[in-house]
Amino acid sequence: MSEEVLRTEHISKSFGRVAALRDASIQLAKGEVLGLLGDNGAGKSTLMKILTGFHKPDSGKLYFQSKEVELRSVSHARSLGIEPVYQDLALINELSVYRNMFLQREIMHGGILRILNDGAMREHARDHLDEMGVNVPSVDVEISKLSGGQRQAIAVARSVYANAKVLLLDEPTAAMGVRESAIILDLIRRLKEKGEVSIIIVAHNYAHIFDVCDRVSLLQNGEITFDRLTKETSVEELMNLVLHELRSARERISRS
Amino acid sequence: MPGDKVDSLLPRQEPVRRVERHSLARRVGLFLLHSREASIAIAALVLVVYFWSTAPAFLSIGNVANLAEYAATTAIIAAGEVMVIICAEVDLSAGMVYALAPFVMYFAHEAGVPFGLAILSALVVAAIVGTINGFVTVVLQIPSFITTLGTLFVINGFTLTISNGYPVQPKGTPLVSNIFGGNPISQISWAIGITLALQFVLNKTRWGLHTIATGGNLLGAAEVGIKVGVIKMGNFILCSVLGGLAGILDAFRISSIDPLAGGTDIMFMAIASSVIGGTLLTGGSGTVIGAFLGAAVLGILKNGFTLSGVSAFTFDMILGAAILVTMVINVRLSQLRAAGGNG
Repeated sequence: MSEEVLRTEHISKSFGRVAALRDASIQLAKGEVLGLLGDNGAGKSTLMKILTGFHKPDSGKLYFQSKEVELRSVSHARSLGIEPVYQDLALINELSVYRNMFLQREIMHGGILRILNDGAMREHARDHLDEMGVNVPSVDVEISKLSGGQRQAIAVARSVYANAKVLLLDEPTAAMGVRESAIILDLIRRLKEKGEVSIIIVAHNYAHIFDVCDRVSLLQNGEITFDRLTKETSVEELMNLVLHELRSARERISRS
Repeated sequence: MPGDKVDSLLPRQEPVRRVERHSLARRVGLFLLHSREASIAIAALVLVVYFWSTAPAFLSIGNVANLAEYAATTAIIAAGEVMVIICAEVDLSAGMVYALAPFVMYFAHEAGVPFGLAILSALVVAAIVGTINGFVTVVLQIPSFITTLGTLFVINGFTLTISNGYPVQPKGTPLVSNIFGGNPISQISWAIGITLALQFVLNKTRWGLHTIATGGNLLGAAEVGIKVGVIKMGNFILCSVLGGLAGILDAFRISSIDPLAGGTDIMFMAIASSVIGGTLLTGGSGTVIGAFLGAAVLGILKNGFTLSGVSAFTFDMILGAAILVTMVINVRLSQLRAAGGNG
């Protein structure tokens, strides 16, 4: 767990006069699961969009596999192996599971017509989902027929299949019931056991994901205020930090 | 379909299927539920039987040929509309391109361009219109309804200007004329060929897959790296070119190029065919074969009512009601499909 995959140093980003990120430093080792926690508006999605190459930071440095990089675009980040799984999952409801798995990475027969090799895609998708322990009725069913947890699992499996080195999960358990959340947390655990891919889970509900994380970083008002291994902290400690922030915010409001 | 042949060449695991015994009625019901084309095909069949029983001349060779020609033109434009509508866009200008293209062909030939090249230049002009539709919609981000409403009027005015409002007669060698609509079976052959080709593109090629993805989840498709702008642009161009081609075919068939031909009438017929055939205006889902059958149903209705002496005024009421009823049924069926799981 020592090989470094991703590290940021003092990243900041403003939109006009609003400072979304002031000072964000995070680190991620190979096979590690990092929980990036924080309330709405703390700067989580801005940091995520910087890591995916969507936004460029105003200042600060980003290291990928110990080398400083400047992410030019989303596809540049993706070519390095930084794979985001957005909240909308970027799945197409009208298409089957296997066609979603290979979206934009289709296996084709070649030629100018670019005829799809459905047989090969179906088989690879089935094998890969089996290997990852993702349970779907069939790779031929439309995404619209699957539950929220299954969809999330398909989206994660797709990114892993694309040789992801860093998986960015945006609120994977948001709007999900306990059973659905269990599907996705299970999948994260299995990925952790294999140890090939590092994962950043962006979430505001830390109780949900605390157990699967190796490390948690807390973003408050655009700053990383807390960064510790999960075995050295607890849900209660995190809760106290957030409560403390809440109380001081309330005091500020009542004073003004 | 050729795609199935390609599939069968590959080593494949035996699909695991639950063998269940369904009664015949249940199986037929499930088939109708799952195949959007089947329900519209049956509707067409019922109409044929009905009109045949009320007016036996309905199935005479002359009338069937007449019907096929009428439906073929609509089906060709509808095929293009399906591709655009699956992208969650719409092309209102295709009917005006239908009127413009034969004039471009005519004037190009008058200027000394050989027949083949004159037809090609007409299709290139149609493609340019499609490019403009795509550019304004994709790059300038104007809703395609507004974009193509604008080009609809621009092209109409342009066609009327270059033609001075007068019809002309198309010229061509017998061969060119026979290929492009002069021969009685030419037009329906084009329609069937284009329908099958585009259905194949839609179901079996990367272009079709990305078209469905673009209309199904625009943001998601862009997030996985699909060039959604290129997909939309390409389908606008395709739709315009098919509109132009339909116009050229009709010009040779009728032996007249009329600046007032086609227009909004044929465009709405084409869109209605797509919708009746099972293509959702919300995008992400559609069938070219369905649109072909939709065009056939509209053709049968129009032809059949004319034969049985129903006035054109009544026809419009019936057409409108037919569109509403099929849409209601379509929506109900897709809700059933969504709720019914895998059957």
